[in-house]
Amino acid sequence: MHFTRPKIALILLICLAGFLVALPNFFSKETVQSWPSFMPKQQLRLGLDLQGGAHLLLAMDQDEIKRDWINNLRDEARKVLRDAKIGFTGIGTHGLTELVVKLAKPGEEDAAIKALHKVRQPIGNALLGSGAYDVDVSAGSDAGTVIIKESEPGLRQRISNAASASIETINRRVNNLGTSESTIVRQGADRILIQFPGLKDTKELKKLIGETAKLTFHEVHPSISAEDAKMTTIPRGYKIYQSDKGEGETEYLLREQPVVQGSDLADAQPGFDSRTGEPVINFRFNQIGARKFAEFTKDHVGRPFAIVLDDKVLSAPVIREPILGGSGQISGNFTVESTNRLAVQLRSGSLPTKLTIVEERTVGPSLGADSIAAGKLAGIIGGVAVVCLTVVAYGTFGIFACVGLVVHLMLTLALMTLIGSTLTLPGIAGLVLGVAMAVDANVLIYERIREELRVGKTPVSAIDAGFQRAFVTIADSQLTTLACAIIMFWLGAGPIRGFAVTLTIGILTSIFASVTVVRLLISYWLKAQPKGRIATVPV
Amino acid sequence: MLMKFIPVFKGADFFPHDLNLPFMKFKGPALALSIVAMIVSIALCATLGLNYGVDFKGGSLIELKTKSGDANISALREQLNGLGLGNVQIQQFGAPDDVLVRLEEQPGGETAQQAALKKVTAATSGSYTERRVEVVGPAVSSELRMTGFIAVAAGILAIVAYVWFRFEWQFALGAVVALSHDVLVTAGIFSLFRFEFDLSTVAALLTILGYSVNDTVVVSDRIRENLRKFKKMELNQLLNLSINETLSRTILTGMTALAVLLSLYIFGGEVIRNFNLAMLLGVVIGTYSSIFIAAPLLGYLGVKRDWSDAAAKAVAASTKAKAKA
Repeated sequence: MHFTRPKIALILLICLAGFLVALPNFFSKETVQSWPSFMPKQQLRLGLDLQGGAHLLLAMDQDEIKRDWINNLRDEARKVLRDAKIGFTGIGTHGLTELVVKLAKPGEEDAAIKALHKVRQPIGNALLGSGAYDVDVSAGSDAGTVIIKESEPGLRQRISNAASASIETINRRVNNLGTSESTIVRQGADRILIQFPGLKDTKELKKLIGETAKLTFHEVHPSISAEDAKMTTIPRGYKIYQSDKGEGETEYLLREQPVVQGSDLADAQPGFDSRTGEPVINFRFNQIGARKFAEFTKDHVGRPFAIVLDDKVLSAPVIREPILGGSGQISGNFTVESTNRLAVQLRSGSLPTKLTIVEERTVGPSLGADSIAAGKLAGIIGGVAVVCLTVVAYGTFGIFACVGLVVHLMLTLALMTLIGSTLTLPGIAGLVLGVAMAVDANVLIYERIREELRVGKTPVSAIDAGFQRAFVTIADSQLTTLACAIIMFWLGAGPIRGFAVTLTIGILTSIFASVTVVRLLISYWLKAQPKGRIATVPV
Repeated sequence: MLMKFIPVFKGADFFPHDLNLPFMKFKGPALALSIVAMIVSIALCATLGLNYGVDFKGGSLIELKTKSGDANISALREQLNGLGLGNVQIQQFGAPDDVLVRLEEQPGGETAQQAALKKVTAATSGSYTERRVEVVGPAVSSELRMTGFIAVAAGILAIVAYVWFRFEWQFALGAVVALSHDVLVTAGIFSLFRFEFDLSTVAALLTILGYSVNDTVVVSDRIRENLRKFKKMELNQLLNLSINETLSRTILTGMTALAVLLSLYIFGGEVIRNFNLAMLLGVVIGTYSSIFIAAPLLGYLGVKRDWSDAAAKAVAASTKAKAKA
């Protein structure tokens, strides 16, 4: 039961540091901010289930990414072959990952493959050059065909890029909601997790991220109407678009390749039409967009063009005169609210694909506060019960065990604060199990001391033996639980992970708090007794 | 100096230490009972199934609070049943102004769930505010079911691996049977009483694993120690002694755990009530299994008796031979 001076100093130092780091968690944020600068101020982050907020898991549409990619590839392949003056009769798709090029003259396969190598793009680090490409170009099994096949890593990279682009866009869009502490991270291959502490209303958030907001300007077919095209054939390069006013409204036959895209916008602001007073969007193109738009309108005076949002035609005004200034106005089926939102979406850029909400968990701030209050009350009552039981069962040594328990809780809180983990409801469960294990450690030691006393050992040697013998058991039981907790952390989903983290920290601190600290207290108590005259051990 | 102010008094050593309860006498009936309980639990889970919450089944859960006054549940039920969202469950939740609405998973994939939520919000926003919304789509619910199952199974495996490493294989086998028993019987009770089984229940099962293995290891540790100490004691008698020696600890630790969990169950709020219920059940079942499953199994499996030196065995053999002669 002897502690050297440096060891005592170290133990006290750890306890003191733990108390200081854990301290801010017991005060409000404002109080903590007013403390002198040398005091630690970091507080434990509360999970969304405790402080309220929104948790949205979004899934990207992989098929849409594939479709976009294959369409782009086809356009590029066409251009490359034309530039290389290699004749072809058509480029067909095979599934969503393969293009089949039919050459006009068999025997030109090698030349075509060589030319089509231009559409490939290297994957991964461009400097190191892994030598892999996102598509493979090879001769088809039929003579006179060339196959362009998307590779698996290429697709992965596309999805990864789309995810990063989505996250950036979402970030820009939600910045307008006014709350700052959102986290938006990628999860798995094609999912995005948005966590928004303190958000009261998720409807606006869902609307903001619910649309891709892809704005495009298209040429309307000069002579054939959508109805006529449906009866006969749709000309190559054109497509029928619906109106945003709903089914059964006018349809439009538009050139699929847009003249200008939303990415060419420099600014978009909500406003009102000066004549009719209805809500509109005022936009301005960047230099490239303005030039393209000016050229187009110059050549198409007197003909309509279509403004398309997410594949729905908003309006198709007639070009009265060339629009050279690069700015304009979009009218449509708008309300003041929707122009406000659309302006934000247009300024933030479009999402690469539509995002679907696959999981939503929203906790209102009042419920979170209720949970915390209930947790506090239950914690205090449970704590008092544990203290009473321990002191009644183990007397003076029971008091020491309670001191150890307080140290245990403080150190656990301190470590959680330091590593910046988040306290959730399941996390509190982990904390409770940690407390139970810490109490158990003391129960094991004290029962052992009593046993040793019953077989007639002297007080000092009984205490010594109690600590030594019980330690084997404590270590074994805590290490098995630790093994379990680590596996849970490794495999578990969100809430299970929170539980595993607090449990792990709880186990690590309980050995120090319930064994080392309690042992130090008992050694002090022994020293305070008159030499060689310890009548009873107060256990 | 500080120690002078701390009162010196002995604790109430209320648990008699010389009871020597004959636990091993009941090992046959107890094991039979446990096996029956496990089989019944499996049968319940297979036929009746678990009452999965939205985490595992998909669908929506909406907690509503009235803007003023108590909730009129029958009016709300009528209103929501008219929306055509399939089976809508409505129940009071804790306070009289608090209501829980559950929608089953809507056909039509991920977007259909959000559409259903929108309908409910529109119908209730007049007189209720939303306190909590949980919508889990079909893809996520099946994933969560999978990870939950894997986490429990892997938790058991990790524990068994450690026990095997620290003790003998017989101890590991005893532990795995005891732990599986705890998880199965808790799940069986949840199935029988139709308690909701969701992610927090899985967290509770994991906590039970942790608690139960702690108990099992404490008893096993004592058995191993006694095996070294009493080389010739009959195995069942030795197991009985070990359980009795650790009984005061088992009861005291169990009491403190129950005290904390009861206070969480009563005062901890409606949201974690299910979790606490599972934990309360688990602590009792886990304590039972360490005493009546893990230890008696050792009696059946037999254990290596000689933990210190190979010579003791030879001595025992020769004395046996002498006695025969």
